[in-house]
Amino acid sequence: MTARTLSYGKIAPGKIITWTLLFIGGVAMVTPLLFMFSTSLKTAGQIYDLRLIPAEPTLQNYVKVLSDGRFLRWFLNSMFIACAVTCSNLFFDSLVGYTLAKFEFRGRKFIFIAILSTLMIPTEMLVIPWYLMSANLGWLDTYWGIMFPGMMTAFGTFLMKQFFEGVPDDFLEAARIDGLNEFTIWWRIAMPLVTPALSALAIFTFLGNWTAFFWPLIVTTSAEHYTLPIGLTSFAVEQSIQWEMIMTGAALATLPTLVVFLLLQRYIVRGVMLAGLKG
Amino acid sequence: MADASAAPHTPPAPRAPEPAPTARRGLRMRTKRLLWVWSFLALPVLFYSVIRFYPTIEAFWLSLTNWDLLSDPEYIGLENYRRLFADPLFWQVFGNTFKYLLIGTPVSLVLAFTIAYFLDRIRFGHTFLRALYFLPFITTASAMAWVWRWFYQPAPTGIINNALGQLGISPIPFLKSTELALPSITFTAIWAGLGFQIIIFMAGLRAIPSTYYEAARIDGLNERQILRKITLPLLKPTTVFLVVFSSIGFLRIFDQVFNMSSIDPGGPLNSTKPLVLMIYQTAFSSYEMGYAAAQTTVLFSILLVISLVQLWLMRDR
Repeated sequence: MTARTLSYGKIAPGKIITWTLLFIGGVAMVTPLLFMFSTSLKTAGQIYDLRLIPAEPTLQNYVKVLSDGRFLRWFLNSMFIACAVTCSNLFFDSLVGYTLAKFEFRGRKFIFIAILSTLMIPTEMLVIPWYLMSANLGWLDTYWGIMFPGMMTAFGTFLMKQFFEGVPDDFLEAARIDGLNEFTIWWRIAMPLVTPALSALAIFTFLGNWTAFFWPLIVTTSAEHYTLPIGLTSFAVEQSIQWEMIMTGAALATLPTLVVFLLLQRYIVRGVMLAGLKG
Repeated sequence: MADASAAPHTPPAPRAPEPAPTARRGLRMRTKRLLWVWSFLALPVLFYSVIRFYPTIEAFWLSLTNWDLLSDPEYIGLENYRRLFADPLFWQVFGNTFKYLLIGTPVSLVLAFTIAYFLDRIRFGHTFLRALYFLPFITTASAMAWVWRWFYQPAPTGIINNALGQLGISPIPFLKSTELALPSITFTAIWAGLGFQIIIFMAGLRAIPSTYYEAARIDGLNERQILRKITLPLLKPTTVFLVVFSSIGFLRIFDQVFNMSSIDPGGPLNSTKPLVLMIYQTAFSSYEMGYAAAQTTVLFSILLVISLVQLWLMRDR
């Protein structure tokens, strides 16, 4: 990143106005989140109170929501599914990306284009066949049923291929002369060289699966297999007018990503930039 | 490539000609490597065939059948499409879907660019400000839909109407009105996706070499001219990407609508129902799999056209 030749010497009044406007906009952006958390700390009687800081904050709602155990279950379901799918994508997308980038073989171009072409197919078109397939194989309302469509993605494969192309062939050739097998070369030599791309892919896949709604909604039927977003929807419908309870549920569904974001902010932003520009 | 071209050059005589040792070892190496390649690709090729390509063909085929899941699918040709194009609900849904796109994409792009443009010049508290804008993007759409749904409630529950009431302004029936419900939902989708677009625009702005700006300043261009003559043209790839990305996003809107109108999904009076929600209801509430498959084919065609337009716009890159 090259430094811009703007004048940083004196703080111009224009700068202050820009900063203030941006700050106001930013606060407006997070206001819904603030109100969500604030309301989750209020009792039913206080929710008409517009004050952001509750007069008598209480964790009662959280105790109530968490005590029936469903939220914990949904949380763990989501965590397990998002982690498993992320691992699978990191493994397969980079294995395929590597193979397509670093080997010469007949059909390479064809396979690459075939995989890329799946980007054009919207999930919505595939869910009906997936549903039928799951019904036939007994995958409806199972973890595997939720996970199987996303185990590999064309986007991840494309991203990884781009990065593996930047890995010098000499490294791999040297490892070959040392007698390492191709799998070991990929795993031990090539993979560590593309960690930025891997972390970007990991973040994207995890977030995407953590917040996924459409397919889990279709494939799950019992509350014990719900992911957090689906569980929250069913919970909210059931609570109908108890907004403080719904906000507590929403806060519980948002908290994990919020924590992850605050811890990994730099990497997430870089990952978005990387993946966005490559995609 | 090499393995393929090697074959025709070898003499028709039995193999293992003169420069045997190295050549054969080279050949063996190549075969070995090819074995590795296909052992790496075996599972993925199977996956893409069974989980992506076969279902695509199946969806096309199903769209030509009448099927309720119980009896065998019955081939009815283009009947589903004829029925779809004669269905007034479909045209309403089709219109809604494009309304999401036509409101969402321009508004979010202009907002995102403006914010990114100014945020890019801020040093003090840059990370903090950026985080504020980015936070909604990483939240769960279904959770945020309920937060906004609560905001949009009538007074005294709904925050916005509650505040308006205190200012003496009459309440706005955000989600209850057939006119306002769709824009209200679009607004939440814009809010949720804005952070992503800002980050992408900022990455695009950073990628413009600073020498261009220096040259422009030496030539005496003012800020507005620089924006029009340098920044915007050089940002074209980023803009095209975001236009397509966000168009596809708005055409596939579902989570927000489903969660903000869950008692009567797509209501009031179908005024917020997008194509994906119609597909969901046709397939998983009415179990008309063939008819739903025909709807997915329509969605696929629209998205395909958009992707092709993107390829066309980016062709000289």
